[in-house]
Amino acid sequence: MGISRRKFIQISAAGGGAAALGTGLMTNMWGLTPDEVSDPKTDGDKVVATFCEMCFWKCGVLAHVKDGRVTKIVGNPEHPLSKGRLCPRGTGGVGLLYDPDRLQRPLVRKEARGEQVFEEVEWDEALDLVATKLQGVIDQHGPEALALFAHGCGGSWFTHLFKALGSANHAGPSYAQCRGARESAFELTFGAPVGSPEVTDIENTRVLTLIGAHLGENMHNTQVQELAKAIEAGAELVVVDPRFSTAAGKAKYWLPIKPGTDTALLLAWMHVIVKEKLYDQDYLERYAVGFEQLAAHLEDKTPEWAFVQTTIPVDTIVETARFIASRRPTSLVHPGRRTSWYGDDTQRARAVAVLNALLGNWGRAGGFYIPTKFKIPKADTPAYTLTPKTPPDMPKGTVYPFAGEVLADGLRNASLPSEPNDYPIKAWMVYGTNLNQALPDKKRTLEALQNLDFMVAIDVLPAEICGWADVVLPENTYLERYDDLQTPGFRTPFLSLRQPVVDSLYESKPGWWIAQQLAERMGVGEYFPFDDVESYLAERLEKAGVSFEKLKKHGVINGKPEAINLDEGLELTFDTPSGKIELFSQRMADAGLPPLPTFTAPDEPGPNEFRLLFGRTPTHTFGRTTNNRFLSEIYDENVLWLNAKVAKELGLENGEQVVMTNQDGVVSLPIKLKATQRIRHDCAFMVHGYGHTAPKLAFAFERGSCDTDMVTKTKIDPAMGGTGLNVNFVRVERWQA
Amino acid sequence: MSGTPRYTMVVDTKKCVGCKACVLACKAENAIPDGYCRSWIVEEIRGEFPLLSAELRSERCNHCTDAPCVAACPTGASHYSDGGTVIVTRDKCTGCKACIASCPYDARFVHPEGFVEKCTFCLHRVRRGEQPACVEICPTQSLHFGDVNDRESEVAQLLAARASKVLHEEAGTNPNLYFLV
Amino acid sequence: MRQETLEIVTTRANPLIDPALHVWGWEIPLYLFLGGVVAGLMVVLAGLSLKSTDRPKSKAVQLAPFLSLVLLSVGMGALFLDLSNKLNVYRFYLAFNPTSPMSWGSWILVLVYPVVLVTGLSSLSDELRANLMARGFMQKPSVAKLMRQAFSFADGARRPALWATLGLGIGLGAYTGLLLGTLTARLAWNAAILGPLFLTSGVSTGAALLLLFKLDEAEEKTIVRWDIVAIVVELALLGLMLIDFGVGGAAGELAGASILGGSWTPWFWSVVVIGGLLVPLGLNLIEVNKHVRATLFSPALILLGGLTLRFVLVAIGQESSFSMIQ
Repeated sequence: MGISRRKFIQISAAGGGAAALGTGLMTNMWGLTPDEVSDPKTDGDKVVATFCEMCFWKCGVLAHVKDGRVTKIVGNPEHPLSKGRLCPRGTGGVGLLYDPDRLQRPLVRKEARGEQVFEEVEWDEALDLVATKLQGVIDQHGPEALALFAHGCGGSWFTHLFKALGSANHAGPSYAQCRGARESAFELTFGAPVGSPEVTDIENTRVLTLIGAHLGENMHNTQVQELAKAIEAGAELVVVDPRFSTAAGKAKYWLPIKPGTDTALLLAWMHVIVKEKLYDQDYLERYAVGFEQLAAHLEDKTPEWAFVQTTIPVDTIVETARFIASRRPTSLVHPGRRTSWYGDDTQRARAVAVLNALLGNWGRAGGFYIPTKFKIPKADTPAYTLTPKTPPDMPKGTVYPFAGEVLADGLRNASLPSEPNDYPIKAWMVYGTNLNQALPDKKRTLEALQNLDFMVAIDVLPAEICGWADVVLPENTYLERYDDLQTPGFRTPFLSLRQPVVDSLYESKPGWWIAQQLAERMGVGEYFPFDDVESYLAERLEKAGVSFEKLKKHGVINGKPEAINLDEGLELTFDTPSGKIELFSQRMADAGLPPLPTFTAPDEPGPNEFRLLFGRTPTHTFGRTTNNRFLSEIYDENVLWLNAKVAKELGLENGEQVVMTNQDGVVSLPIKLKATQRIRHDCAFMVHGYGHTAPKLAFAFERGSCDTDMVTKTKIDPAMGGTGLNVNFVRVERWQA
Repeated sequence: MSGTPRYTMVVDTKKCVGCKACVLACKAENAIPDGYCRSWIVEEIRGEFPLLSAELRSERCNHCTDAPCVAACPTGASHYSDGGTVIVTRDKCTGCKACIASCPYDARFVHPEGFVEKCTFCLHRVRRGEQPACVEICPTQSLHFGDVNDRESEVAQLLAARASKVLHEEAGTNPNLYFLV
Repeated sequence: MRQETLEIVTTRANPLIDPALHVWGWEIPLYLFLGGVVAGLMVVLAGLSLKSTDRPKSKAVQLAPFLSLVLLSVGMGALFLDLSNKLNVYRFYLAFNPTSPMSWGSWILVLVYPVVLVTGLSSLSDELRANLMARGFMQKPSVAKLMRQAFSFADGARRPALWATLGLGIGLGAYTGLLLGTLTARLAWNAAILGPLFLTSGVSTGAALLLLFKLDEAEEKTIVRWDIVAIVVELALLGLMLIDFGVGGAAGELAGASILGGSWTPWFWSVVVIGGLLVPLGLNLIEVNKHVRATLFSPALILLGGLTLRFVLVAIGQESSFSMIQ
């Protein structure tokens, strides 16, 4: 007895109908639909305000903590530097905090220096050893035999320690290897440095001129925020760069200048501006001296002359000069950041300063503002009793008259037995700076390291420099520690707090504690007169009338804005001998240096040689972050930019591995080639900070190539001792494995 | 007034410097596994030295009005939600990947846990009155999000005031991610 | 026209997506092939039997429905393996999305089983039925009774089942091509021709599978003729597809690049077109016209060609994306 056909059809239809009814044409079924939008639930149960140390800008951040783990880091809307927004490195703080390669415990060297064989020890043992050794050097050679290399605001505790010990030998690579030239030049011209954050009123400018500055790849948060605001308001860019940078991509004018000839262009611009009377005459009459000498000096610096030097067409030079002047005083020639290029960098920076003066923009909206600082009394510690000897950072018999800070490479050189010196340096303390990559002429750095009596490194990651230490002390990352209060000069006064977001990972300790422990062991404990840093900070804040609780909650206290330029009613003063802007620098003349911006033609490359230029990429802070796996998801190795036509002529293909050989025969690690239209035929470009050789940096190890290897030659700036780093030439060929 | 909302994102290519803060903020906010991203930066350089031009775009799922992925999904996992955003209900996703193949923007990917993932316009934040994570972090304020059907909204005003484009218009999906050029 | 130099850099590097899409591996082409063979079998079987509802003569044809269900299960097994979220597989059957060919397909697949089962049961000769009833497990009275009821029902429902088999067979054969065709983001699949192409290829491969077995002479003649027709139509459709690529502008060029000078060119032309279609066509024509004994050579080539066609199509579709058009 089977089912009849009829019944079959009936059953099927009923079933089908039910199904159709059930599903309808929608797909939500019978209460089986779970919540459709999944919430990643990364908001913290605790949000801590602090400031960042992924680079040195110190933006205010809010760190979200959930179940004791930092889930994400976002901007602090109340902080004037970040205004609630962050660059990519700021969000990458989690990648540093949880970097599996972090230094975990104090290490003491077991084998020869450089062999990188260490033993983990307890803090007491490590600190005792460091104190004993450093004291030993002091006893034998005096405190002037100690040198501190530090970078980052956590270095302040160690600078303080060194001053207490009677040593003035503290330097960072941020002066002679970076922005020193522009600071000296602006101090000579306006009596004030450019500073960090730069006192540039980018937000209100109408024409922004960048000489090699690559804002947008150089990702200093506030600068880039202001650049965007300026663009939105209709500002236009003049970008002078041998490479078509991100900024060049937004520019009204891109001048692909021959590297090393910017000063000629600047002089020719000034020639046009003076000749056609496009400068701010009233402003200069009121505030400047030396105009006549300048005008005379500029007479032969014609656009035609500059064309020969720079390869920028005459018409372009004239047009851009007029354009730059057309919007003055809201026309700003950016002083740059790393300006240690060709050894004549003070001259170039002086040209920038003088040009800005002609535009009448110092102390005016759209130009440079006069910074204000949040006033807070100094810490209550005893006065330093020891008078330190002058740092031996200049070669014997040489003076760089306008060096505003100690020269890091100079201190390194003074540590070489081969360099004749009054006060040889015998011991180093290195805080948070990887000198192997930061200082040019790596061979000398290694030689110095090998010959020291003692070396202690305080760091977060096992960078190359740590491999050369006798003792390595693991510091907290910025997310695990307090640091001293920050009151930078800026548009508005503010006070910033760094406070721990999570407990210390592993056995790492904060810098203040390490410095205090060493101080106590070395008999200068009275310079750290507090039980813990919180009471030190509380005391400072109480004296300043600031609520610690409020500061902890907000991470920043904003002060009352003051007038920062003429437009706001500020009266301008200049801390120069003449009391005015010195277009002509008598001080330089007295020191035997050209008193007016002077151009020196750069060396020419040989056949098939390219000048090696280097710079930044927005997701990284050179070698500091290249081990950061989170940030490296975006960018994980540097590449060598070469003009596409040139690469073709050399028979090289885009994306293949090549090696560089510099003029001294040094061969680089292999690097991927980027054959591109975006660069001149006579130079090559790479991002600085790759090619790590420290094996414990498991991610960064041998990724990309190290440009420092190629910088075996430098040209020293006679004014301030800066090391020109863009003076090396490389040949490029296919890498044979 | 405005009618039903249409969530739209507007990207200002003129201000964007291609820093990738948006990409990383998205990863952090949405706990995206290592090696994957919901948004990305594209840099296009045209021309020959020295006559060059550049465009920087912060790209992600376009939350198309006529999304081929929603049409292709056999289980209804891919569907339209608030303001027309295209959302994947993870628990309905079988991982057949028809949606991935259907997307002209290659905006989706297979999450290691098996379901298919993509930008959600941070709907979990938008429902709380917050902006998407990428919009919030962008240091150049190049990213804007809102209801384009609300004439007072920033996105509506930007699109009215400035020239804009969408990507692969020929695909005919009516994307809701606009680039100001 | 001068080509503008364009350098594009993207930060996206999602696994299986970049640098080229590769979300569907061997599982999908295998399913498409088996699905096509089953669809072809269904069409051929239904076609053979609809002329007169007498049961088929060849034993192979009688058992073919059961073989096709086995093959279909293997194919569905491959589909299951392809899913990246396997535990949710039941979700296919809690929803129906009429705009999704995959949704259509999942329901068609489910319907195929009962329909083909009925067709199969009703096709079995008395001899085969007797053999089956004589088996050990059939001696249990309840089982035997069930079987007899099944046969009875199947015989009664034979005509509608055959029509349903034909209809579902066409649906099964075409929907996979239609599915690819709706994925217009993949330039090589942006062709309406894929639906008919897959159906035709399915019929050809289904027929070829049958020709691997010993068949009743009359049935074999019919099947060979249908195979010839299917191959000719398939060649025409492939030709149209290539023309489509040729006149399709930049998109068409990118779509066809792989099989017209690219990495898949040798496979496509030698295994799919020549080996899988032209040679068997020739052999089949010889067989029909010269009354030469058939060999297994032709059907084997057709099956290999059909399998390769699907591998090639799935590959070139994924390789071609909108983002490649500058």
